[in-house]
Amino acid sequence: MEARLFTADMKLAEVIHIDYQLLLLLPRFGMNLGFGDKTVREWCDKSGVSCRLFLMICNVYNCGQYLPGEEEIEEIDVDQLIAYLKRSHLYYLDNRLAAIEQKLNDIGETCPVEHRQILNRFFEGYKNEVISHFEYEERTVFPYILDVTVGSRPKDYRIEVFKENHSNIDDKLNDLKNIIMKYLQGSARGEEKINLLFDIFSLEEDLSKHSLIEDKILVPFVLKLEQRYDKE
Amino acid sequence: MTKSSRHYRVVIVEPSIIISTGLKYLIELKKEFEVSAIIADYYHYTEKINHLLPDVIIINPSVVDVKKRQHLEEIFTELKETAFIALIYQYIEPEVVKQFHAVIDISDDGERIAQKLLHAIDAVNAPPDAAEKNELSDREKEVLIALARGKINKEIAEMYHISVHTVITHRKNIIRKTGIKSISGLTVYAILNNLISINDVE
Repeated sequence: MEARLFTADMKLAEVIHIDYQLLLLLPRFGMNLGFGDKTVREWCDKSGVSCRLFLMICNVYNCGQYLPGEEEIEEIDVDQLIAYLKRSHLYYLDNRLAAIEQKLNDIGETCPVEHRQILNRFFEGYKNEVISHFEYEERTVFPYILDVTVGSRPKDYRIEVFKENHSNIDDKLNDLKNIIMKYLQGSARGEEKINLLFDIFSLEEDLSKHSLIEDKILVPFVLKLEQRYDKE
Repeated sequence: MTKSSRHYRVVIVEPSIIISTGLKYLIELKKEFEVSAIIADYYHYTEKINHLLPDVIIINPSVVDVKKRQHLEEIFTELKETAFIALIYQYIEPEVVKQFHAVIDISDDGERIAQKLLHAIDAVNAPPDAAEKNELSDREKEVLIALARGKINKEIAEMYHISVHTVITHRKNIIRKTGIKSISGLTVYAILNNLISINDVE
């Protein structure tokens, strides 16, 4: 195992130097920059963030093999986890998808009308897919989880349903990569196309981490709770 | 085994670190093998594995989602010359095992494992179809256009008097060659390549 796990006593700056992608986590947790030489624990405490949860998510991001332990998962702050996931959703839509859409529009201006139309239509389709994926989580899955956490369990839903249908929304993103890279001809806006590709690659990576968090932390947490109710 | 001077890249997909580390050690005793990645689940790393283009993937079949009955070739669309080896130390449905080119048993020694890997690599590379280009054949183009127009497999099969199975094979080839999976993505491809006009897909 090449990547080592992050710990609460590491300096936060050191953690970010090891994996700068973790910067993305800070705003989602409502944590600011300017942490000086504070450790992860100190900065989490100061920001009112569960250090356990923050580290768990950092480790899921950074280490592909990392699987949080069962007892550890049972004790996570699920309200904070859900708040984190919701803020991530917002960030993807308002920030990342919006940026990609903007660049795609700019590039489309140099294309024949038909090509522009179909590209826009394609992206619109992808965006709607992402939106409905997020909406399903926020309207059905998260409320269910919060219900389960406080002890009332609606009979008509199980996290298993989510687990099995937690489909990839990244097929189309991958398609878009190939469309732009391999099939969108013309020399105009070459630089912008490259920037766009960088945006797509990095969004894809971040989204895959996002679903890892759901699969490795959220789902096991709920399964555990459900099992407990089943026994009662 | 003709290419003994070659270096073969191996990817191990195995959730147990104890086992994957031991396996890596045994495999790398042989100079011709190099374990380029150890991965706990293929789910979130399919892309990565596809990019590594390994010669061999050793998978613990219990990580493959049996419920969805996914075939390995559907998961690793990019890997046409990769040998798939199952690593077995618990009960696995025979149907799942059938997809693999060879099976490593937990009691195999290094020598035996190396032998199995080399045999599987040779078997996979046997048909010399290096001439294959990534251009779509005319038949594939027809299927692509029909898909972009919203036709389903069964309709396409009837249109061209071919079996649904053949349509599916065409679709797999189209996906492999273009790198585009979704129907809407293929529609974009068809229009960018002037195979159809946007009015055809309204």
